[in-house]
Parts: sequence; structure tokens; C-alpha cells
Amino acid sequence: MATNLKEKQSAAHSGSAGPSAPEAVVVRFAGDSGDGMQLTGGQFTLSTALSGNDLATFPDFPAEIRAPQGTLFGVSAFQINFGSTAIETAGDAPDVLIAMNPAALKTNVQALKPGGLIIADTGEFSKRNLEKAKYAVSPIDDGSLSKWDVLAFDISALTLESVKSFGLGNKEALRCKNMWTLGLALWMFDRDRAPIVQWLNDKFRKNPVLAEANIAALNAGHAYGETAELAGPLKQVHLDPVPTEPGLYRTVTGAEAVSLGLVAGAQLAGLSMFFGGYPITPASAILHNLARLKEFGVTTFQAEDEIAAICAAIGASYGGQLGVTSSSGPGIALKGEAMGLAIMTELPLVIVNSQRGGPSTGLPTKTEQSDLYQAVYGRNGDAPLPVVAARSPGDAFECAIEACRIAVQYMTPVILLTDGYIANAAEPWAVPDPDSFAPFPVTFLEQNNNAEGGKVLPYKRDERGVRPWIKPGTPGLMHRIGGIEKGIDTGDLDYSPQVHQAQTDARKAKIDGVARSIPAQDVCIGNSSGKLAVVGWGSTYGPIHQAVRRARGRGLDVSHVHVRHIWPLPENLGELLKGFDKVLVPEMNTGQFKTVLRDQFLVDARPLAKTSGQPFTIAEIEAAIEAMLA
Amino acid sequence: MNDMTPIAVKTTLKDWESDQEVRWCPGCGDYAILKAVQRTLPEIGADPAKTVFVSGIGCSSRFPYYVESYGFHTIHGRAPAFATGLKLANPELDIWLVTGDGDGLSIGGNHTMHVLRRNLNRQIMLFNNEIYGLTKGQYSPTSRVGTSSPSTPAGSVDRPASPCAFALGAGARFVARGFDVSKNLTGVLKAAHAHKGAAFIEIFQNCIVYNKDVFEEFAVPKGAEDHQLWLEPGEPMLFAKGTQGIALDTEKLTLKVVDVIDGDWEGAGVIVHDVTNRSLAHMLVELPFGPFPMALGVIYDDPRPTYEDSVLNQDATSRAGKEPNLAKLLAKGQTWTVEPT
Repeated sequence: MATNLKEKQSAAHSGSAGPSAPEAVVVRFAGDSGDGMQLTGGQFTLSTALSGNDLATFPDFPAEIRAPQGTLFGVSAFQINFGSTAIETAGDAPDVLIAMNPAALKTNVQALKPGGLIIADTGEFSKRNLEKAKYAVSPIDDGSLSKWDVLAFDISALTLESVKSFGLGNKEALRCKNMWTLGLALWMFDRDRAPIVQWLNDKFRKNPVLAEANIAALNAGHAYGETAELAGPLKQVHLDPVPTEPGLYRTVTGAEAVSLGLVAGAQLAGLSMFFGGYPITPASAILHNLARLKEFGVTTFQAEDEIAAICAAIGASYGGQLGVTSSSGPGIALKGEAMGLAIMTELPLVIVNSQRGGPSTGLPTKTEQSDLYQAVYGRNGDAPLPVVAARSPGDAFECAIEACRIAVQYMTPVILLTDGYIANAAEPWAVPDPDSFAPFPVTFLEQNNNAEGGKVLPYKRDERGVRPWIKPGTPGLMHRIGGIEKGIDTGDLDYSPQVHQAQTDARKAKIDGVARSIPAQDVCIGNSSGKLAVVGWGSTYGPIHQAVRRARGRGLDVSHVHVRHIWPLPENLGELLKGFDKVLVPEMNTGQFKTVLRDQFLVDARPLAKTSGQPFTIAEIEAAIEAMLA
Repeated sequence: MNDMTPIAVKTTLKDWESDQEVRWCPGCGDYAILKAVQRTLPEIGADPAKTVFVSGIGCSSRFPYYVESYGFHTIHGRAPAFATGLKLANPELDIWLVTGDGDGLSIGGNHTMHVLRRNLNRQIMLFNNEIYGLTKGQYSPTSRVGTSSPSTPAGSVDRPASPCAFALGAGARFVARGFDVSKNLTGVLKAAHAHKGAAFIEIFQNCIVYNKDVFEEFAVPKGAEDHQLWLEPGEPMLFAKGTQGIALDTEKLTLKVVDVIDGDWEGAGVIVHDVTNRSLAHMLVELPFGPFPMALGVIYDDPRPTYEDSVLNQDATSRAGKEPNLAKLLAKGQTWTVEPT
């Protein structure tokens, strides 16, 4: 992983892969919220993917849209880890930090690997900006950055110079700074500029002057790299493409993959989709994506609140469409009562939770996995529902399809858990063939199902305990249902003791039975029994996987088990875990899945908890593995 | 609802009675409203298979169980939101919302506002009994100041909301009033059904257990008629057997009560009801009862395009000429191919 971007340095570091051929590089772009760092990172990601490197990204931005300029809390960063081998995480520590102002330097430099490279725009290191970043003297001049290599020069002035001929105002001209920086980064990693040029032309179609100016800045940054190389300080690095399965690839974020998976799921079920949503970070992107996919039979509805969003989705499901709603923790809390209604009326519904840090408003733009209890247990009454968790942006596609399948096959609401990290992060994705997924077409009840010839029986359960789906509008099958307890078979209002006991049992048995339709739990790496199993769920997949791989490389007896079906759990999971002496559960919460595992299997699962709003580093999990096996 | 009922279905009142035992208190005003609805449905040619009653929580919200059609008893206050999704999923359904003063104006006030603002095609019957019945008698958002209840033993101090004024303020295009035992209620319900868009009907309903006879000054079957102002489109606003009428006080820009001598309502300046006059509607719903009679019937009726029509038209436009090709969608954006080595 060691990357040496400067020739003199690489000579000093033995054991690295050589000056121009590291296995992987971590780059972090950091600047003001208004500097366009997420855009720069996104385009750099695309260029990385197109060059055939594997990659993982971590966008890290503040909750404020444009916090006051130059402040420490207004810094927005985008980290990308890419390389010529399989990449599973956004990287523990950056090799390169591109800092667009003093605040960006201050908030990010401590993460930088010793010996790493800092590229800083001195044009922003004014007295005022230094004060805003709480620097008494410029860190570039006082020697405090001595453990890193510093390449500090006036990117602002160079940008202004490069776009002078376009007659832009000073403010507009400076906005091209991110493209200048991107140009330099493209040069550093030997990338093709053509796709970015194409993207700029497309983005500024209505304003060709801006397109030209941004392209000029991009080219100038690229040219600067060449010149600087000639002058000595910079070295171009080329990473070979990763040997990957042949096929068609694209980059995908979790929010995109969830949206696509829902569309695919509805198609596999043969249904139109109704999506009810209410804006909330970081879940809104799903509403935005689906609003543009009307031709796939999608209707989107921006409701007046979270409760209306889920209730409208339940109404659509009752009407015979696939109802879907999406939110983040605080919104999911508001939807709780309506989830109970969908459980009671036994209607299909998919609820996507893009988790963020909590409780309350918590950390709107930071990631956490602390809504697991909420998903599994967080409703009034005995209200079981299936829960599925995606491990990565690409995996979110399959998980969304799985959530749709369970919802329609078992007439139940299903929660799909992702998190802020998965929602925003991008990864290369082998474009799936829609025909490779088995369809699960829905049949609606059209004829009276009462063998004795009486009224229709809306709660007559099949051998899996599932009731029929009856669309209003169907002649002769009129019936009344609701959130109040209902009689066996008839669905008529009935809360007598034996009926409530029987229906509670039936609802539980139905959801427990979902386990029979899911694959047995496998082991991602390692043996299926041994000294230690590291059990994860959701977005901790990458760091756990790498940490286990490294530990195994050092001869430790450790396996990685990653659980997709959080509720009901795979039927063999208990036996599997009992085959290990110890069980470690790293989670971005205080140990919620650990508690579920203990409760379900009486295993001595130990927590590794992290709630800093940042994903695990590989090193943190490696250290925990070593401690467990010491 | 209306233009979607292509074929009128022949039914009788009996066809609309479900096999469920009605569980309201004996003498409750809800019985009369249920009968009025069951009388109205055959008259408008409603099809039980395409009719859906949707309710929230409260005494009134048990209503769907008693009508032989499709029915959904949702959760407290959320019926409008549920019915919005249902209507968008199947615009052919004829939806009746049943709510109360607590369900529709307290816990569900937000949804009531937005369903009216969006103008989804459905009938919204708000049973106003000025009390929480099912939770045993607490004061409600429409209870008058001073209402003594288990939660306000010294009398309530907050001012009541006016359901019809709220509806107009939220942008409703149809506002009407009736009361449980009124023989005119079916006429009001029919007018609501004929309106394409969200039709809001406030129905005064007598809670005989917790708020008995609060409407008796105008709603007693016999004897209170003089305090009822039944509004008819194109007809003068007369009451008290034609001896009094409503005129415009042009100096104060308010309505006033005038005496009508020998039926000369024009001479007395009595105004003619125009259901499309929004300013007039605002004045009518705000008339203080006592100095004025209770305005009843169709107060306002001026249709606008419905939400579902606009949404579904827009969806159809977006879909026009586009093939839903999932394989193409998945491969959208900038892609690259890894060749076999």
C-alpha cells in the first residue's frame, strides 16, 4: 500500500513496489464546501474507473450546504482509494492530500500517512484564512509539516491565468480552481482527460464559455504537472488495471444501486411501483433518482411528511402496486406506527433506511449503523418484519431486489438497511444482466377463496402463512381490513383473547418462515470453524474483509462472516458461529447486532464498537483481531 | 368523483349494509349519517366493487366496517395520506374518507390540509361532535371555550378551529355542511360526489354520551329550522320561513341579517347564493352562530384540475415514446469494458 510519489522518497523507503508502481494509492481532496470537492472527487473516480483500477470512495462533507467560507467546520472532503489490486475500503490513511485552503489542511493533515504528499493552494493562505483556520503562523512556513512532503504553490493565481482569455469575473474564474486541481491529479496518475472534457461540455452545454474555461483550467493543471516533473518535485505514477472478470462495468453509488434494484424488483414482481418519500439526508437521492424513471412504471410522491410518505405507499400497495418508502433514522422513527399497520394488514412494502449518526438529528451527513435495533425491534406491539442489509454500493442492487421479493412473496413490509457511507460512496460495478434474476410474479386473488361459498376470506393463509392480495376494484371480493386485530380467515374486527393469541403467533411464524427462503450463511474468507469469526453486516464489509485477509496472511486462524439477512437470520448461522471459539462483531454502533446474536444463539459475541461518524479503518479491526487471539 | 363512473350500477340500500354488527352507542348521530350514506350510494349509481371507504381512528372511523364495499381502517389521522397513494395506484376507485374533529383536525390536521391543497378527487366527511368520544370525553380542537371535560375540569381555554374555514384556507374547492339527522344530508352528499376533486363536508354529529345536544339550537329535528340557512345555488339566502335573509353590509364588508317583508327579498337586499364565489364562501363559514343562522348545504363548489389527473398526465408524458429497457438503464452513464485476456 505504500506509495511514494516523490522519487527521492521512494528511494528511502525500501520494500515499496517501486517509484512508479505502487499497488494502491489513497488521495484525499479537501476544500471549502463551495469549492466543488465532491464534484472533483466524483470525476476523479470516474477517470479512475475508466482506467481500469479498482476503487472505493468516501465522501465526507458537513451538514451545512455552504458553511461560512474558510472555516474549519465548512471543510468538505472526498477520499478515494484506488489500485491495481482489489480495493475494499476507502483507505485508512491518505498518501496524498490536496488542500484548497488552511482549514482543509488543518482538518485533514493528521490523517495523512507519514511521508505523504501535501499539495496546497498558497493563494488561499491569506492572513484572514489562516486566522479562520486557527493558525497563528502559516504551517507551510513554520516547519510543522516536516514529516510530510509539501508542494505549495498558488493554484488560485495559476487558475486565473489559465482562464484569463474567457473574460470571466474574478469569482467565476476562481470557480475553475477545482478543474485545475483535477487536471493536476489526472496528470499525477497518468489519466486520460477526454472523458472529463466530454463531461464538462455536456454539463455546460447551455454556457459554452464556461465549458471552455473549465477545460482550459483542466488542461493548465495537467500541463503544470508535466512542467513540475521536469523541475523535479513531482513524479507521475501509473497503476496497472486490476485483473477483473471480463464484462461491462460502470461506477455506482449505493443510492443509485438501491433505486435501480427497486425498479428491477418491481419488474421481477410484474408490478408498478409507488414511491412515497420526504426529503431527508442522506436518503433523498433515491427519491430524485426514481422521479426520473417514470417509464418503468414508477410513480413518485413527495409527501407532506414522513408519515404521509409511508401511508401513501401502504395505500398504493393496498391498491395493487409495490409501495416503497425511504428515509433515514429520524424519518424511520416517524414511520413506525404505519409499519405496524402494514404488518397488521399484511401488505407488501419496502422501507429503505439510509442510516446516519443518531440519536435525534445526530450527524445528518455522517455514517453509522445504529438503527439496527430500530429495524428489528422498533415498533409497538409484537411487530416482526424482515430486515435486509447491503454491504456495499453494488450489493445494494441485489439487496433491493431481495427486499422486493420477500415483501410480495410474504405480504409483509421489509426494511432495507444501507447507510450514509454506502449511499454516497461509489465503486466499480459489473453491470448485471436483468435476465439473470429469477422473476417472482405476483398473483392477485380474483375469485372468492371461500370453499364453503360464503364471503371472501382475506386472511385465509396459505401453507407459508401468507394471506391473499386482493385489489379493491375486484368484483365480488369486497371486504374491510384495518389496524385493529382481526378474526381468523375473515379479517373481521375481532380482538377476543384466543384470536389475538392466534394472529400474533401467525404473524411471527410467517416472518420466521422467511428464513426458509434465504440462502444458508456462508463464510467470506477463512474456514467454517476455528478460533475466531469476525461477524459483520452492512458497510463494514470492506474493512473487515481486508483486516481478516491480512491477519490470515500472518497465519492467524480467523474467518469473516458477513450477514445480509438480519431478520430472520439464516437458519444455519447459530450452528456456524458455535463452530468458532470466539466471535467478534465490529459495528458502527455500541453493539446492536452483537446483542441480537447473543439473544438468538446464546453465543459469546464480543463487540467492537465505533461511533465517530467515520467508517472503520482496516487497522482498527486488525488490532481487535490480534487482541482477541492474543 | 364523477366522470369516472361510466356505468351506473343498480343497488339498493340493503346492498350497502355489511354483515358486521354496528358498535356505536345507541342514539349516536353516526347511525343517521351511515343511513344517509347508504341511501345516497344507490342514488348515485355507485359500484360496491369500486367504492372504498377509508378512515382514521375514532368513533366515526369505524364507519367502513359497516358498508358493504371495500374498506380500510387506517391509523390515527392518516387516512388522507393512505387514500392519496390508493387513488394514484388506481384512479378508478371512488374514495370516501371518514374522519372526525380529533382525527382530521388534531393528529391528522397536516394531512387534511395537504389533501385539500392537492385536490385529490374524493369525498371527505368530517364528523364534528366537538369532543373525543372513543377515548372517553376529552375536549377536542373544535370544542367551544369553557368545555368541561376529564382533561379540562375547569373548562377548556383554547379557541376552537372552524373546520370549513380551515378547509377553505387550505385551498378546498368544495365545502359543504350538514348535520346527522338532517333530511337534506343525502343532497349534500350527492353534490359532494358530483364535484370532481376533494369535496369537504362537515357533518355536525351528536355525541349523546359525552357532548349531548351541543347543536340543538339549530339541529333539533323539529323546531330549530328557523336557525338554519340552507344554501341553494342561484337562490336567495333566506331563513326563518322566508322572513329573514342575508345581505351584504357594503360599509363594513361583512354579511348582515335583514328582515324580509311580504317576501320582497330583493327589496331587502338579500343576496343570491353563488357557489363559485370564494369571497362569499369565506364570509359564510365565518358567520358567528347566534347573531346569524348556521350556514348549511353547499357553501362553495368551484372545481379545479385534480392532483391525480395532473400527476398521471405528467407521468404519461414522461413515458411517451420511451421503452422501459432495464438492461439499458443499468448500463447507463459512462461505462467501460474489460476484455477477456
